[in-house]
Amino acid sequence: MSDRRGRRLAERCHVKRLSWAIALAAAAGPGMVVLAADGPVDDQLVIDGREMITRTMAPAGHPLPEVLSGWLFREAETRATEADSFANPGMLAVERGEELWNTVDGSAGKSCTSCHGNAADSMKTVGANYPKWDAAAAKPVNVELQINKCRVAQMGAEAYGFDAPDQLALTAYVKHQALGTPMHLDLAAGDMQSWWDKGKAVYYTRMGQLNLACASCHEASTGKYIRADHLSQGQVNGFPTYRFNTGGMVSLHNRFRGCIRDTRAEMPKAFSDELLALEVYVTWRGTGLSVETPAVRQ
Amino acid sequence: MRSVIGWAAACAALVSSSVSLAADTAPDQVRFEENAVTATLTGLAGDPDAGAKAFVDRKLGNCLACHAVKSLSKEQFHGDVAPPLDGVAERWSPAQLRAIVADSKAVFGPDTVMPGFYSLKVGINVRKDLVGKTILTAQQVEDVVAYLATLKD
Ligand code: HEC
Ligand code: HEC
Repeated sequence: MSDRRGRRLAERCHVKRLSWAIALAAAAGPGMVVLAADGPVDDQLVIDGREMITRTMAPAGHPLPEVLSGWLFREAETRATEADSFANPGMLAVERGEELWNTVDGSAGKSCTSCHGNAADSMKTVGANYPKWDAAAAKPVNVELQINKCRVAQMGAEAYGFDAPDQLALTAYVKHQALGTPMHLDLAAGDMQSWWDKGKAVYYTRMGQLNLACASCHEASTGKYIRADHLSQGQVNGFPTYRFNTGGMVSLHNRFRGCIRDTRAEMPKAFSDELLALEVYVTWRGTGLSVETPAVRQ
Repeated sequence: MRSVIGWAAACAALVSSSVSLAADTAPDQVRFEENAVTATLTGLAGDPDAGAKAFVDRKLGNCLACHAVKSLSKEQFHGDVAPPLDGVAERWSPAQLRAIVADSKAVFGPDTVMPGFYSLKVGINVRKDLVGKTILTAQQVEDVVAYLATLKD
């Protein structure tokens, strides 16, 4: 029991309402049972008056009957912080992204607005449909790479480096426009299907000295605790996410690399074919879940 | 003078490596018979206290990541990916526990989530500095097995 409470505290301690947590711990006392759900919680996520789809029937061919948002596996305080866009620290990155959207950069004297106008209209659902097939590059692009394409080809600006604060902010801003929209990929476009196949192969391949696949943790062990972490299905719908642990935004490829590092394997480069394929496949595994960017995580 | 020191160092290295290595069974030489490894991997007895430490240490066994143990309740964060290990010595003999720790897949089959702690049958792209290395040394396996053998409920 006490370990459960420790876990809840660890997750909560980073949250603003610390005094409340301490009061609760004191009230609970040693040895008292503090409720902790082992599986996903039965709760509804409403952000800015909009109900998110956090559980839905899996698409045909999916190994699991239901797809579940990572939000359902987080502790109450973390869930509450995500539900309240004033309390959600990830919204600071979104605000910075809005600034960047409107800022002229590069030799062409353009900003994102010059071509796309108001993001609330032009980007309303876009973030829910990435990665998309890029015919010219003959591979899928994700939102980060699309932003870089626009910067280089349209604006005459430099591509953002992986995980540059501006890349995180602008990606969060673009994806946040699609808040609530169910994720859906067009696998019929170009060669998307073969990237899906490749991503699936990666997902089930055991890696590293610990000999674990993504599926070992996120399919076989969903709902279980691995040390202090409650294993979710490893869905991508909240990225970039805000993490209390690091006090900052975490990109999807950073998360992928972290999970791979934890198997004691060499980490593939961000935006490598291997991780792009994984992004295609794992995004498909979350088909129908609302985009929740910026989600809040421990 | 120099050569004397060099010789002494080489000799010390030779002695220490021959002491630890000569008796150790190499990972690919471990003999699994009916879900058990009867022979110790080192020829030396395991130390249950050292085993408990290796069991908890996140850089070594990190067994608590997946398993809970009541007698270790002072440690935070026991996982529940795997069965609690209380009373595990009633369920398995030391030879079987050695097999489970050395290479769980030899006992539970290829689909188990549990890593093999003294096995080189590992995943792809192993971190460069860990290639050819096992998670635990032979002696650490013996220590962990000695510790597990104390878990009688
Ligand atoms: C050793 C166990 C382990 C392995 C193997 C693993 N992960 Fe994770 N992963 C975690 C933990 C723990 C978390 C944080 C808690 C959670 O959301 O499950 C996490 C989180 C995630 C998240 C964020 C989910 C969210 O809602 O914020 C994604 C995405 C993810 N993993 C994808 C992957 C992919 C893809 C792979 C394979 C390349 C993988 N993971 C391999 C343990 C693992
Ligand atoms: C990543 C997860 C994981 C880790 C880490 C792990 N195990 Fe396991 N272990 C399992 C699973 C899962 C099982 C159950 C067998 C199965 O279903 O594959 C198991 C089973 C066992 C059993 C048999 C339990 C019984 O009641 O029958 C023993 C003994 C055991 N593990 C010891 C250890 C020791 C010792 C360590 C650390 C050196 C360890 N495990 C680390 C996942 C893990």
